[in-house]
Amino acid sequence: MYLRSDERGPAMSNRLALRIAVFGGVALVLFAILFFRLWTLQLVNGEEFLAEANNNRTREYRVVAPRGNILDRDGEVLVDNRTSLALQVNPRKLPADPKERRAELAQLAALTNATLPKVRKALHEELELAPSAPVTLRRDVGRYLVYFLQENQDRFPGVEVRRVFVRDYPQGTLAAHLFGNVGEVSEKQLKDPRYGSLEPGDTVGQDGVEFQYDEVLRGRAGATRIQVDSMGRPTPGGQLNVVEPAPGDNLRLTIDSGLQEAGEAALSGVGLPGAYVAMDVRSGAILAMGSNPTFDPAVFTKPLTQSQVDELYRDPVLSPLINRAIAGAYPTGSTYKPITSVAALASGNVTTTEPILDDGAFVLGGITFENAGGAAYGSISMQRALEVSSDVYYYTLGDRMNGTLALQEWAHRLGIGRETGIDLPGEEPGLLPTPAWRNQLYREDLTERPWSAGDNVNLSVGQGDLQADPLQMAVAYATIANGGTVPRPHVAMQVEDGAGRVLREIEPKPAREVPIDPEWRETILAGLHDAAQSGSGTSYGVFGGFPVPVAGKTGTAERFGYEDQSWYVVLAPYPDPEIVVAVTFEQGGFGADTAAPAALQILSEHFDKEAEPVETEGAIE
Amino acid sequence: MYATRARQARPEAFTARPSIAERLGLPYMDGPLFFASLALAVFSVFVLSEATMRDVPGDPGYFADRQAIYAGLGLIGMYVLARIDYSRFRELRVGIYTFLCVSISLVFVFGFAARGSRRAFDLPFFSFQPSELGKLLLVLALAGFVIDGARRGSARQRTVRYLCLGLAPAALVFLQPDLGTALVFGVITLAVMYVGGVRWTHLATIGAVTVALVAIVLVAAPTVGAPILKGYQEERLTSFLDPSGDPSDAGYQQNQAKIAIGSGEETGRGDRATQTRLDFVPERHTDFIFAVIGERYGFGGAALVLSLYALLIWRALRIVTLSKNSYGTLVAGGIAAMLLFQVFVNVGMNLGIMPITGIPLPLMSYGGSSVLATFLAIGVLESIHVQARLGQRGRFAW
Repeated sequence: MYLRSDERGPAMSNRLALRIAVFGGVALVLFAILFFRLWTLQLVNGEEFLAEANNNRTREYRVVAPRGNILDRDGEVLVDNRTSLALQVNPRKLPADPKERRAELAQLAALTNATLPKVRKALHEELELAPSAPVTLRRDVGRYLVYFLQENQDRFPGVEVRRVFVRDYPQGTLAAHLFGNVGEVSEKQLKDPRYGSLEPGDTVGQDGVEFQYDEVLRGRAGATRIQVDSMGRPTPGGQLNVVEPAPGDNLRLTIDSGLQEAGEAALSGVGLPGAYVAMDVRSGAILAMGSNPTFDPAVFTKPLTQSQVDELYRDPVLSPLINRAIAGAYPTGSTYKPITSVAALASGNVTTTEPILDDGAFVLGGITFENAGGAAYGSISMQRALEVSSDVYYYTLGDRMNGTLALQEWAHRLGIGRETGIDLPGEEPGLLPTPAWRNQLYREDLTERPWSAGDNVNLSVGQGDLQADPLQMAVAYATIANGGTVPRPHVAMQVEDGAGRVLREIEPKPAREVPIDPEWRETILAGLHDAAQSGSGTSYGVFGGFPVPVAGKTGTAERFGYEDQSWYVVLAPYPDPEIVVAVTFEQGGFGADTAAPAALQILSEHFDKEAEPVETEGAIE
Repeated sequence: MYATRARQARPEAFTARPSIAERLGLPYMDGPLFFASLALAVFSVFVLSEATMRDVPGDPGYFADRQAIYAGLGLIGMYVLARIDYSRFRELRVGIYTFLCVSISLVFVFGFAARGSRRAFDLPFFSFQPSELGKLLLVLALAGFVIDGARRGSARQRTVRYLCLGLAPAALVFLQPDLGTALVFGVITLAVMYVGGVRWTHLATIGAVTVALVAIVLVAAPTVGAPILKGYQEERLTSFLDPSGDPSDAGYQQNQAKIAIGSGEETGRGDRATQTRLDFVPERHTDFIFAVIGERYGFGGAALVLSLYALLIWRALRIVTLSKNSYGTLVAGGIAAMLLFQVFVNVGMNLGIMPITGIPLPLMSYGGSSVLATFLAIGVLESIHVQARLGQRGRFAW
């Protein structure tokens, strides 16, 4: 019998002893498992778990650093910060009960003039990006709403009002296209090493100088580390340490506010979409740059209204956000002629003194190209051709250079149809038509004819397929004027700390050097000077009475589907120019009518001199 | 053995005037068993006093004081039981079994609900959970039934009878619902049957059926849309397999317990034990008290506690072999299995290798019913030991 009931003594059957031994063995194994696991957790992986525990209990709150200011070349503030009260919701502190949470959010929506779905959507989107960060529902909340929320804190758990920095533009719309806006760093940007130190919810420059020099302006967020419990509540005495935020550095621009203002006034005075650039001929420093129509950069500091969105983004004709000075793409008309001159001289197709007969028309393959207004200037050399803007002279040069790529190569060297490398995002290269380009299109059936001599003839006067912007023209003119140094345009001058000490000067090296013979330079500048300030020059009517000697060229370009594009590019003072100004207007008609007067306004401001009115004989292009 | 030898060395005449220790029966008790249980209870009070200082505002010693009182009552109960011949419980088996089932059933009527489960009466001083004492009662009654029925019916009939007797109260507890305690009841039943000599083939069959049932309950039933377990129960049972899921669920809690224990490293973090102090580990005074020990006192503290349990269970198993009769063997086996199972499941749950089943750590977890019942169980073990020692002497001392 297995069990010897009531039998005395320790005598156990062998079968029972076996079972007890197995029992003991099982106990031994179970304890061995526990000890082994304990050993693994505490002694083998203890350090990892300790790190995890410390990570668990500490929460870092970022203390946002104010962005650096943007100054003009004289130190005047163009962009700074203001503090704003922002209404934030901390999702972790919202009521856990879905009904209560819904009710609170509905009340919040009502208080902030939003709708419940909108609030929930905002919360949801932010939560996906940064699960523990408070969500900003609204900036610039009114004081009365703040008072109300503070008095009723118990009714709004999880709602906080915090001071945040918002960009402020003391000069209004001045130079709006340069600054760009700031916004929350996007998910995509966070993966970019450039934004490596940032966290979701941080603010970065999203366009313009704010984007380009974000690392300078951004500063470094500080942090407060506190100890929290499992619900994320701070524990008493749990402040662990504080790292003060480092404000961003200031960025001083090369922009001259006075000149910028004059340029913008000149643009808006004409009222057409257009752009201008004023640049230092040697260094490439942009003294002023503007585009019309413009916009108020401050609109981006608040959520946009529908009408603002329509105005800023949905208007394909006016497109106020486009900086036409670097992203406009227009044929340049006769302002292109100095470039053709350099190309023809450099390729040996003409000399500075070689006379060419201008009988008013140029026939090529049965097609007649005529001077504007049907004028004929007789036998003329380059200086005269520039003065009167003889098309026939340049048609001849274009024809001579056809079959070679001289015209395209030199235009390319001078910066036409390519990015200038300015320190602003959004630059467009434009288009410098070449035989290869057109023939490729033709092979792909995208155009009805291959390249022909006519294309080169058209290009020689800045017509046809050419697309360039004012900055490219300014760079090309500056290169001719300074004797062959292609400047790299830039709007930033130096980085300064808060006390105004210069931390770093920004002086980009020239893009490249091109060989410009001093004789060519002299002839071209003389021709441009005559064009602006001799009696028969094309813009004499505008610049004839300007006390500073200048060298300027009008341009009137036919643009398919539009009225003529008006251009003026001017170097001053002649004969050793310091500044180049390029102006263009969409549908502005004759260059002398709209662009040249705008350029005059800008130069008047620069040299602080007014132009006297002059008598003209109805000068034409 | 020393006691016996000392006795035998003395002339019979002196036994007429026993010493005070002898009068108290102390030489016949198992010292290490008593020491281990006392040390665990004292350590429990110590841990609670340190770890739950801020839990009840204005009363830093709330849990520690109460636990000390429960332990004191438990010690008294243990001593009283040690002085009683446990064999009487065999005769009372029907009464004990009836009381067991009735008291558990009464919870359904008079019990108060906590966290969706009715498992305790609200008494003036503390809430009494009959199923905790029920563990011991089941051991005592079932062992009696097994001894009593050892010669009745075929082996298969006996196996089925024991199973039914054990699983009936287990089912009642399961319905409260208290899955953890129901599992303990099941283990007790199996242990008593095992020690009681139920055939290996029957045990193997029971094992196979259990595995099949678990599979049905956890996998098959939910898939066909007829869940047997409550949602939280199932989640607790399975989440330890994938602990890093949702931070708000059981797996998260278990993960936090694991982090707490791991972060204790060799010597523990003392008052810097943030995991358990800052609420990352839930139920730190009851089910997850081992995590507190691991974090505050490190491997040293946790290993010490485990060693005390090992000592406790070793002594219990030793008593199984010493028992003067088969009833004592079965009772001691049942209690040893009960303790072993609870320790392993609770500590394993803290260490992240066992599911969360709400089984308290005997003597350590805060709770009057559990502490009292465990001390009473140890009292029964001591009684078996005392009776065995007295039996070896050949006569009853008292």
